Amino acid sequence: MEFTIQHFIALAPLLITSLTVVVVMLAIAWRRNHSQTFLLSVAGLNLALLSIFPALKVAPLAVTPLLMMDNFAYLYIGLILASTLACVTLAHAYLGEGGTGYPGNREELYLLMLLAATGGIVLVSAQHLAGLFIGLELLSVPVYGLVAYAFFNKRSLEAGIKYMVLSAAGSAFLLFGMALLYAEAGSLSFSGIGHALAATGVPAPLAQLGLGMMFVGLAFKLSLVPFHLWTPDVYEGAPAPVAAFLATASKVAVFAVMVRLFQITPSATTGVMSDVLSVIAIASILFGNLLALTQNNLKRLLGYSSIAHFGYLLIALVASKGMAMEAIGVYLITYVLTSLGAFGVITLMSSPYKGRDADALYEYRGLFWRRPYLTAVMTVMMLSLAGIPLTAGFIGKFYIIATGVEAHQWWLVGSLILGSAIGVFYYLRVMVTLYLVEPKLHRHDAPLNWEQKAGGVMLLAVSVMVFFLGVYPQPMLELVQRATLGLVG
Amino acid sequence: MILPWLILIPFIGGLLCWLGERFGSTLPRWIALLTMSLELALGLWLWSQGNYSFAPQPGADPTWALEFQHTWIARFGISVHLALDGLSLLMILLTGLLGVLSVLCSWKEIQRHVGFFHLNLMWILGGVVGVFLAIDLFMFFFFWEMMLVPMYFLIALWGHSSSDGKKTRIYAATKFFIFTQASGLIMLVAILGLVLVNFNSTGVITFSYAELLKTKMSLTTEYILMLGFFIAFAVKLPVVPFHSWLPDAHAQAPTAGSVDLAGILLKTAAYGLLRFALPLFPNASAEFAPIAMTLGLIGIFYGAFLAFAQTDIKRLIAFSSVSHMGFVLIGIYSGSQLALQGAVMQMLAHGVSAAALFILSGQLYERLHTRDMREMGGLWSKIAYLPAISLFFAAASLGLPGTGNFVGEFLILMGSFASFPWVTAIATTGLVFGSVYSLIMIHRAYFGPSKSDAVLAGMDARELIMVLGLAVLLVFIGVYPQPFLDTSAATMHGVQQWLGTAFTQLASAR
Repeated sequence: MEFTIQHFIALAPLLITSLTVVVVMLAIAWRRNHSQTFLLSVAGLNLALLSIFPALKVAPLAVTPLLMMDNFAYLYIGLILASTLACVTLAHAYLGEGGTGYPGNREELYLLMLLAATGGIVLVSAQHLAGLFIGLELLSVPVYGLVAYAFFNKRSLEAGIKYMVLSAAGSAFLLFGMALLYAEAGSLSFSGIGHALAATGVPAPLAQLGLGMMFVGLAFKLSLVPFHLWTPDVYEGAPAPVAAFLATASKVAVFAVMVRLFQITPSATTGVMSDVLSVIAIASILFGNLLALTQNNLKRLLGYSSIAHFGYLLIALVASKGMAMEAIGVYLITYVLTSLGAFGVITLMSSPYKGRDADALYEYRGLFWRRPYLTAVMTVMMLSLAGIPLTAGFIGKFYIIATGVEAHQWWLVGSLILGSAIGVFYYLRVMVTLYLVEPKLHRHDAPLNWEQKAGGVMLLAVSVMVFFLGVYPQPMLELVQRATLGLVG
Repeated sequence: MILPWLILIPFIGGLLCWLGERFGSTLPRWIALLTMSLELALGLWLWSQGNYSFAPQPGADPTWALEFQHTWIARFGISVHLALDGLSLLMILLTGLLGVLSVLCSWKEIQRHVGFFHLNLMWILGGVVGVFLAIDLFMFFFFWEMMLVPMYFLIALWGHSSSDGKKTRIYAATKFFIFTQASGLIMLVAILGLVLVNFNSTGVITFSYAELLKTKMSLTTEYILMLGFFIAFAVKLPVVPFHSWLPDAHAQAPTAGSVDLAGILLKTAAYGLLRFALPLFPNASAEFAPIAMTLGLIGIFYGAFLAFAQTDIKRLIAFSSVSHMGFVLIGIYSGSQLALQGAVMQMLAHGVSAAALFILSGQLYERLHTRDMREMGGLWSKIAYLPAISLFFAAASLGLPGTGNFVGEFLILMGSFASFPWVTAIATTGLVFGSVYSLIMIHRAYFGPSKSDAVLAGMDARELIMVLGLAVLLVFIGVYPQPFLDTSAATMHGVQQWLGTAFTQLASAR
């Protein structure tokens, strides 16, 4: 195919991000400087974000058979870039300046994060199994390095290796599934598979097995029950900004590609697959919430709660018609904002790096009476995760329930209600801990001027967004409504 | 434009309280007092100005004394839609009054983090006012859930642990939150179900009360959706199988929290039944009425028996609320205008009397540092005024003629006797048990041998004014209830029409 200027404009976010990777790499080779690397990454990510606006004008446009640059892709590209930007900002605070902070080489973290973001961009615009696989691996492989970035810390190293082994296993499942699907459908493009499956009515057993195995591979990355075992350990072991990246950008990208796959091949969610998805959704909601109940480690708790949240998202995927696409978009946006906020507070509490992260719940006791703004941010995030009105999380949960009711998925709606009742318990436990006063207060403070630092400003902005979208969600809804899938031309 | 201000005033006042804390701990109290006085004054002004013969009636678009509408979330046809009629006005007056009192009664009790305390207090009241004014179902739910958060903080941070130290205040607060939040989500599912049923027949997504009233649906659908609403309201009212959060929350909450819980939060559930559950689902409600009334009866007796057995004075009052709300439930589902009016009077009178009893037990706690009645006794001669005033409110609580509670209970029983004689007859015997637990409370706390010889401080002017004001108000409602009855008449007439028609249809169908 011939590349025109249109194609380059459509690909601009991807190209600019890749270019940033190269520039950052060369800059590190030329002169090691933490601030310079940070500024280069931030500039590149901002440029990529801005390039979405001209790109929207030419969408939808298929660039090579592998990628489909449509509004749907751009919404999630925007989300991935924004969350990467937030994670990079947090990482800057976390690694610290000069003699204090992280003792090893700081600059490569940005490089890896940018690479992973590039993978995410490829993933959300993939309309071909090859594009999907390339994107997924480009996203995952840098994350192994990121999780183990604090490699002299035993837990971080352990988490990195664990994530690598399980992720590779997931990729193997995915590849096997793709092969089976290709054997049956004779095509690797999503729409080709869709046509081939639709022609036979109910998909053949081989194709169903293939789809099932592909789903297993993706479910590993999304940490759905029963493929969730790595989640708490990796969340706990990974440095806080990396955990934030894992919870937001990485999961959003994988979920988005799954939505595209299942929307373009609707017969994929019929028959046994639909039941399997429902069971996995219910299991994720219940197990995620139940296992989070007794956690005393904030990062583990958030890990388990993310399992439950992706269970909620699966409800919309199972419903798959009507408002489902919108619901998924809204929920992912609210979830990303909320997770960024929650991990952001943990990051700032642990900044600059001093051997281990401040992730034990007792370290947050009575935080309100020392760090009111930081606590306000955390409170808003916990309420948003619990889905209480006045926060964005409520709008997301409202959408999911509406989708479930619309599709008459009563079991799923029932488990959502049960799950969020359980969830309220541990979110409240975290929240009230922030306000408790203890006679012998364990002093563990964020740096005094945390509001002035970029990370602090970013966090305040995120919590204002969460509050604003909870009170006036109309702009977000309009944005998501426009994010439709482009059909293959 | 006055309706949004009714909601905004407490929210803004709350923020000012928080900011005012840096200028000393007295300033937030005054700001809060001023805020709630303003709210009450606005309510009274609206009462003197408005025409409360407008209220929603079946068969026509609802009319209101005051209405405010502004688009909010266009995607779902959700708007900021507020409206005022007689019933909501009375509830707002009650909220304003108890708001003033809850600020006053925490004047000495709350010494830690005064600003943050008043922020929470004001936000609860703002949320409650929102519940009483919203007639967009999304907005109603929004406020319904929102007010839980500040209430949670109020109990969890300023509460007391139970007398035996087994149940902490955080346990109580969490239990309260989970019960109401989970049941609220069931209501959200029912709201969405109703909206989608309406969408399937009309093609318009809307959460507007006026539009949803016209929804046509099969009786089975109606029944299921009605149950969704009923469960949420039943938890908050509380109806007996769903009541277990209430005694814990009441006992562990600070005085202001108990006053708000018993006085106003429980009333939001009765209000929700009258405003939403009955008019939206009249046929299902008529069919459900015998079950609801049975639950009401169980509540009356269960609440009374358990109140009698309590040793903690606040738990006793909490269980008495369960008993009183049983009467309200019977009145609401009886479908007679008289009984519905009685239910409103009972809501007002119980709001005042329960608030007074909680304030009095709060004052006792400040003096004795215990709520355990086994450690009281013989207090009659030791504290000036307080025991006598307690006796008055205990008598009011048992429904003594001349107090508002008598008017409420009498109207409920008289109204429902015509159609449900057996239920009424059994409920009437519940009044006897009401006397038993009210008097045993007085007996255990104030009479008998004295446990210690320490001299206790008498009541100061602030404490006296609070409870005497409530006493005067309660007698006024009891002697001359006409202005209140007139105000709520139109609304109750509408509800009666909805339910009455449904009862007739049900009877003819059998």
